[in-house]
Amino acid sequence: MGRLVVLLELSNVSKHFGAIQAVNDISLSFEAGQVVGLMGDNGAGKSTLVKMIAGNFRPSHGTMRLNGSDIVLHRPIEARQFGIEIVHQDLALCDNLSAAANVFLGRELRRGIGPLRVLDYKAMYRRAGEIFKELRSETRPRDLVRQMSGGQRQAVAIARTMISQAKIVLMDEPTAAISVRQVAEVLHLIRQLRDRGILVVLISHRMPDVFDVADRVVVMRRGRKVADKPIAQTSPEEVTGLITGAIEGG
Amino acid sequence: MATTLDQTIARRQRTLGGAILGSQTFWVLVAVILACLFLSFATDSFATAKNLYNITRNVTFVAIIALGMTLVIITGGIDLSVGSVLCLCSMVLAVTMHAGYGIETGIAVSVATALLIGAFNGILIAYLGFPPFVVTLGMLSVARSLAMVASNNTVVFEFGPDHDKLLALGGGSVFGIANPVIYMIVLALLTGFVLRWTRIGRYIYAIGGNEKAAIATGLPVRPIKVCVYMISALSAGVAGIIQTGWLGAVTTNIGAGMELQVIAAAVIGGANLAGGAGTAFGALVGAALIEVIRNSLGLLGINAFWQGTFIGSATILAVLFDRIRNFRRSE
Repeated sequence: MGRLVVLLELSNVSKHFGAIQAVNDISLSFEAGQVVGLMGDNGAGKSTLVKMIAGNFRPSHGTMRLNGSDIVLHRPIEARQFGIEIVHQDLALCDNLSAAANVFLGRELRRGIGPLRVLDYKAMYRRAGEIFKELRSETRPRDLVRQMSGGQRQAVAIARTMISQAKIVLMDEPTAAISVRQVAEVLHLIRQLRDRGILVVLISHRMPDVFDVADRVVVMRRGRKVADKPIAQTSPEEVTGLITGAIEGG
Repeated sequence: MATTLDQTIARRQRTLGGAILGSQTFWVLVAVILACLFLSFATDSFATAKNLYNITRNVTFVAIIALGMTLVIITGGIDLSVGSVLCLCSMVLAVTMHAGYGIETGIAVSVATALLIGAFNGILIAYLGFPPFVVTLGMLSVARSLAMVASNNTVVFEFGPDHDKLLALGGGSVFGIANPVIYMIVLALLTGFVLRWTRIGRYIYAIGGNEKAAIATGLPVRPIKVCVYMISALSAGVAGIIQTGWLGAVTTNIGAGMELQVIAAAVIGGANLAGGAGTAFGALVGAALIEVIRNSLGLLGINAFWQGTFIGSATILAVLFDRIRNFRRSE
């Protein structure tokens, strides 16, 4: 494995909403091909931090650097143009459409010339099938999302990020609302992303999942970063202590 | 059974036959065909060229508007104003031509009126967040009232210099097929094409399936919503223009209550009022079932008062079918 290159760097990032300091002076750097678990209690500022990376909020203070150059994101679409994709907790899928249609939603493949271009169903089914194969997920491109399991739905949401050649995938509680068997499937998908050199930021409440899949864990409490450690150098007990404040972090 | 990942991914869960048998539109079509066969044997007057000509022509007005309504319903909306918009557009056409303008001007003004109303409905709904039911209910009242104002509540039956052209437009036929039927088929093909083969068609389904997801994905949700209400009003306007040519006169009560027939046709044809489902072909089949029921009651000598009972029951039955499928799925 080569030298790890810093992909995304946050320097002294803060966000306040009126008098409420949601995120307070956080500096973090992320490397490509890593899974970073982002943990903290409700209201610790995890979501606000991730929403700044995803372009939903602009930081009140501080800078973000992607591949060494400063970026300012005004809207989520701009983040996507930089290769930053977010997989929402509710997955944002259309139940009435096929898996392939969801994967390509907003980025449909078309064939034909000039203004006479029609949707290329065959190409989209084929390409979606290839992605599901890469993800080792038993998801059929032609099936309606309505009929799918939680794990398959995650695969569809993740396949969306792969269509766009994302460099950074932010995942908000991907394992919160699914069965135990499907959790393994989703963690497997996350590893597939990492192995493709993608940075995965995993927001989760579930300690076992983070310790299973993450390379690093960042803990937040009351808007501040209280720990940033390789998984191998910490334990669930320590992280729990850091989350609750029983252990004072650095 | 050992299957590889490749095989699993390549497998189709729904075969073509299964998809057809599972579709509400198919069974409604079967009902229409069975009803036609039954009527052909049970009465002497059904399977006559004249009656079939009448039925197909009568279907068109509801069917054309049902095409536009289907788009609105797929996005999860509703347009209650179509009957009144039909009336207003007919009246605008009639009054313009009566005043001495040509048919082209009349149609242009009439179409512009429809698009304006559709844009008004759409902007209030998409950009200002009004409930579609309220906006279009308001427009139902406004449009009919404007038609009364435009005509001073009189019947217009003289259409100026292009009088005959207008009557030929709506009342004529080509190779024994009534002109309105030809318009209906062309518009249905166009709608079907847009829904199945274009991005905007796919986005219409996506909005109805999960509007929040469509927004999060960056689809142009608001412009598309405005667009479907404009198309819905336009379909009512086009139906109004054709109907004016066919009837040869416009009163301020044409199209009254038509919105309910149109919605029934769309729903019978498989459009789901919760959004996300519906087809152009379904709209035609739904309109056809309603017209066949209406026509058959007359031919069978059943009191016309029963008409509402039969059409209403057909609507509920068609949706019942969909419910049964859902129950089975959830088990």
